[in-house]
Amino acid sequence: MGRGRAAGGALSAARAGGGGSRAEPGRSDPPASPRSMAGLGGGPAAFGRCTHAVVRALPESLCRQALRSTPGPEVDFARAEREHQLYVGVLRGKLGLQVLELPADESLPDCVFVEDAAVVCEETALLTRPGAPSRRKEVEAMKRVLESLNLNMVEMVDENATLDGGDVLFTGREFFVGLSKRTNQRGAEILADTFKDYAVSTVPVHDSLHLKSFCSMAGPNLIAIGSSEAAQKALKTMQQMSDHRYDKLTVPDDAAANCIYLNIPSKGHVLLHRAPEEYPESAKVFEKLKDHMLIPIANTELEKVDGSLTCCSVLINKTSEL
Amino acid sequence: MTTEVGSETEVKKDSEQVGQDKAKGKPEEASETPGNDKSRKASSEETQDSPVPAPTSPSSPSSQKKEKDSSESKGISRFLPPWLKKQKSYTLAEPKDEAKKRATGEEQIAEEGESHPSEGVAQPKRSLETVAENNAKGDDKEEKHSVSSAETQPAKEDGKEIEVEKVTEEKEEKEKRETKEVQTAESIPQKPPKKIKTVQCKVVLLDGTEYSCDLEKRAKGQILFDKVCEHLNLLEKDYFGLLFYENSDQKNWLDSSKEIKRQIRSLPWLFTFNVKFYPPDPSQLTEDITRYFLCLQLRQDIASGRLPCSFVTHTLLGSYTLQAEMGDHDPEEHRSDYISEFQFAPNQTQEMEEKVAELHKTHRGLTPAQADSQFLENAKRLSMYGVDLHHAKDSEGVDIMLGVCANGLLIYKDRLRINRFAWPKILKISYKRSNFYIKVRPAELEQFESTIGFKLPNHRAAKRLWKVCVEHHTFFRLLSPEQPPKSKFLTLGSKFRYSGRTQAQTRQASNLIDRPAPYFERSSSKRVSRSLDGAPMSISDQSLLRDFHTTRGQPGGDKIIDLEAAGQAKLKEGGIEDDGSPLKTPQLELIQDGKDLDKTQDDLLKHQASISELKRNFMESTPEPRPNEWEKRRITPLSLQTQGKKGDHIFQVKTLPGKEKQWTAMPSIAGTKPEETDRKHASRAEGSCTEVSNADKSSHETLDIVEEKKQAEVGIEETLVIDETNKGKIQVATDAGETCKVEHLTKKDSSSLPSDSSSSSSSESEDEEVGEYQPHHRAVEEVIREEQEEEEDVKRKEHEEKIQHVEATPEGSQLTVPAEHTQVAAEDLVQENTTTIPAEEKNLSEEIKQDLYEEKEEEQLKLNGDVSHVDIDVSPQIICCSEPPVVKTEMVTISDATQRTEISTKEVPIVQTETKTITYESPQFDGSAAGSAGVLLSAQTITSESISTTTTTHITKMVKGGVSETRIEKRIVITGDADIDHDEALAQAIKEAKEQHPDMSVTRVVVHKETELAEEDED
Repeated sequence: MGRGRAAGGALSAARAGGGGSRAEPGRSDPPASPRSMAGLGGGPAAFGRCTHAVVRALPESLCRQALRSTPGPEVDFARAEREHQLYVGVLRGKLGLQVLELPADESLPDCVFVEDAAVVCEETALLTRPGAPSRRKEVEAMKRVLESLNLNMVEMVDENATLDGGDVLFTGREFFVGLSKRTNQRGAEILADTFKDYAVSTVPVHDSLHLKSFCSMAGPNLIAIGSSEAAQKALKTMQQMSDHRYDKLTVPDDAAANCIYLNIPSKGHVLLHRAPEEYPESAKVFEKLKDHMLIPIANTELEKVDGSLTCCSVLINKTSEL
Repeated sequence: MTTEVGSETEVKKDSEQVGQDKAKGKPEEASETPGNDKSRKASSEETQDSPVPAPTSPSSPSSQKKEKDSSESKGISRFLPPWLKKQKSYTLAEPKDEAKKRATGEEQIAEEGESHPSEGVAQPKRSLETVAENNAKGDDKEEKHSVSSAETQPAKEDGKEIEVEKVTEEKEEKEKRETKEVQTAESIPQKPPKKIKTVQCKVVLLDGTEYSCDLEKRAKGQILFDKVCEHLNLLEKDYFGLLFYENSDQKNWLDSSKEIKRQIRSLPWLFTFNVKFYPPDPSQLTEDITRYFLCLQLRQDIASGRLPCSFVTHTLLGSYTLQAEMGDHDPEEHRSDYISEFQFAPNQTQEMEEKVAELHKTHRGLTPAQADSQFLENAKRLSMYGVDLHHAKDSEGVDIMLGVCANGLLIYKDRLRINRFAWPKILKISYKRSNFYIKVRPAELEQFESTIGFKLPNHRAAKRLWKVCVEHHTFFRLLSPEQPPKSKFLTLGSKFRYSGRTQAQTRQASNLIDRPAPYFERSSSKRVSRSLDGAPMSISDQSLLRDFHTTRGQPGGDKIIDLEAAGQAKLKEGGIEDDGSPLKTPQLELIQDGKDLDKTQDDLLKHQASISELKRNFMESTPEPRPNEWEKRRITPLSLQTQGKKGDHIFQVKTLPGKEKQWTAMPSIAGTKPEETDRKHASRAEGSCTEVSNADKSSHETLDIVEEKKQAEVGIEETLVIDETNKGKIQVATDAGETCKVEHLTKKDSSSLPSDSSSSSSSESEDEEVGEYQPHHRAVEEVIREEQEEEEDVKRKEHEEKIQHVEATPEGSQLTVPAEHTQVAAEDLVQENTTTIPAEEKNLSEEIKQDLYEEKEEEQLKLNGDVSHVDIDVSPQIICCSEPPVVKTEMVTISDATQRTEISTKEVPIVQTETKTITYESPQFDGSAAGSAGVLLSAQTITSESISTTTTTHITKMVKGGVSETRIEKRIVITGDADIDHDEALAQAIKEAKEQHPDMSVTRVVVHKETELAEEDED
């Protein structure tokens, strides 16, 4: 639930214009070698592959009780539900994923934001310990559904650890974990222990709820990043920490930088991004991605409670039945 | 010298033997014989026996030169491989010559270093040997003979460098002599008078088997390494190395260029053959056999837990291992439990084995080589692949890990990566005692570089880390290895440099490999892996070693000391030992090759900006009350002008703490013509290490040298870790008075008895306290700043710990040392402009310093500066010499000399002071002609040394306002134990100086006394 609030939506004209350009020449890794099984993600080529998605219905309690970083207009539940159904519909219908939908739990107002409850990478799932105590129970349902998928399960039992999935950015090569109000060092350590193959770097997150409140992956080597100062600073940090050079896609609005990239065999690069009605300038930037199949999705209601696109699903690539 | 000679002989023998052995053992591989240099190269074999990896080309120039120099050097020498020549010459080197050589040595070195930055190929293997003391000559010789004579030549070529003819002559003489020697050696090839002592040596190979051989006791690492590689039939050997362990958990790489014995000391002759540089893309290796060994290494790494993997990856890699070692899965043959004999992971479970077996079935048809390749393709993506981890603490005392890899330095806290410094971002890597520092290029919007310090468990660990960094940087980032640090002058610290081939070179060489894929048997990894426990990831697994250790039961510690002590003694004699000696030149610069140029280039250009600019920047960066600092650092090396930069050359001299019992006397002799140039405090207290960096690189001139080998090991505990020094402007403020500071350092590591000094220092011989390495050496500015920052920071903090100033009276009358602290380390910072003139006297050299700054300010700073500063009771001693020495000079214009202050000195009474400070200056210094810039005619630095004294002479000739003035500044360092009468030695030195220059006057005497136990030291 990287329920990111647009931290300012500062529009820098220049950036907006250049958003589509990949500022940094990326050098691509040697093609991944064929492998019969997942492990190390199969290299960049496999990034974004996805077979299953876990989502959860939203409870009515969300409107009044969901955590929110800033007071604001009340969530229009009906509209929120419609938007969410559209979202799920795209995943299931348009993209052909097997969607596992958990029922809403009224006692868990934030339960729709499933992303925070688990981090799944390849065949391994880390059940988190969300930073907000009121959300810890959300993990239980998540655990059940992931177990059904026969993933390697790791639970975060350390009481000193907190981790929200919204703070975890997996690039296909490494992890970045935002150290925020919801995620602490210990949580990041456990994540590093869980996914030993990958470098796990920490990124301080101050002005927004989650790391992914202002960034996400928009392609195998492409980081979508907001224009706010905080976002740019975080990007710099990530660039410094990484041995790899990523391309970046800078969008004017931080909230719009949270998008969902998928690599669907029959469709190629697919990108779910915020609708032009919400963030027109940012949408224009996405529209410059010629290789992507673009699917605009509105998320106006959940955004009021810090929800963003990635928050509402856990994507899983189930490649083996081992 | 004796020592040295002896060792040389040995070396020679070695190489010869090796050659023979090889010839015998492998007749086919004629190319391996030392004599056949060219063929060797052609076959892309490494000519590692010799310190000179260099191509044949260099040898020709050298031979030419020799011929030119002396008629004696003809014939054979030309055909000798460079290393042979060199060795022989060493062997025969006469002690007598040493003196002369010494006199010129430093200068030559300096020149060499700078004039041939591009001569990466030639790697003076001995860089370390020369180490401390001004044993530069030893180094010199080697360098000359080794690799290429180019080094020497360039120096001469540089017309701009003001060489006095005498010097040149001396050099030539030397060369003659050497050549001669070579010939002699030639004629009597098997002369080695000593019987050869051999030692049995065991090497654990990657497949767990043990290889043993007999080695001559004095053999260098290369010989053993070559033997092992030959045994393994491995050609792409640059990725590998030999490890030896001390304390069973500290792994050290055996330096190929140094004697094994000196490195392992009392440890058993037991090594492990390991991958040293993990190729980022193993598919680019040429031979399958190389990949095979890499696989074996990685299997060990994984099984031991050093290379962490997820469950899934463990199973995948395990399955490839099975495929490579057992072939296709055979249901009949491979029973269900066949797999459990292998170890794939630190904590292997039944489930994992089952999955491995399942995956194994899917690899049907893969050849062993293909399976290995697949294994590597997956393993190389692991985030910890090729990362060499070291325990450390950050500035706040938090436990972290520093990981050195192909791309740079990674910082981990627990398993999290908390920072990363790519090589191009790093300006300098240094260590000082147990602290490890990196100076980092400023970030985009930042203005200043920052220095980040880490605390290592001990100084050996710090040095180890530093060396690994130097090696990794060189191997992965440079096209060819960097030359060892140039001048030994003001610098202390390790001169260590990576001397092997770089990745670029080895790849090139690999392309030439032309042999049918060698057959080799893949042994099962069962044996090896089972013995390994899952060790924590950061710790190298040494189970193997441990076994050995126990078997051999060698309590290393005690013996080490002895050895070191012995080494020390040798050092005193003038012999140069590689490892052990504390090096004076800690400053390593990281040179970025073309590859690096991306970002660096700009920086370089910037750096080349005018001095004034630099100055300005500098001032900005160091906003403190010590504006003079900059000035001090600026030196106008005359010779540098050649480079087209007029007058703006910056020398930095930094002294680091860590000297023990050392007396530095700095009588400055000033020729009085017009006005005297100002002088700076020769010893700016702080430091045991002196570093001089020549901003320009063009030529280096260094002035003083005060370091002793003893210095090398001072286990001084520095508690502070400096974090981002640049930003701390605060420090500066406090620093003002630094000039006079003497730091008192507490030594914890080493025994601190004065009498011990020799042994203690020697004990650490291998560990210099300080080392620096700068990736971008052309960046003058950077260098300078760095120095400063470091100095400031360190000084300040250390300073606060305890500062002790020792004063000595001029004329050697009396040296009073208030020694209350067990150990007093004086740091000497000298930053002055200097020029050198050849000195005829071995022991005395004259040093002329020209300070660009204004004395007044400086003095003021001193006086008002730090509280911690012991005040300056300076009793200046000035000796005027009316007759300036005649120096042959070249006209050089210094553009930016305006700032110089001239000080005229007249006779000043000598005053004895009891202050802890060692500096004596005549009050009159400030005088006269501040602000007048002169034209620098020439400058020269000469260093000479005798048993107990080292003299550096700087001679500068300037023309100011039509009047020419020659300044000679001489720095005499007297080192020795309590039994040496320092006063007398000092008096003698001064006397000699006076004899040389009857008219001179002594303007200043600076005495540093450094002892471990001050009490005992007091005479």
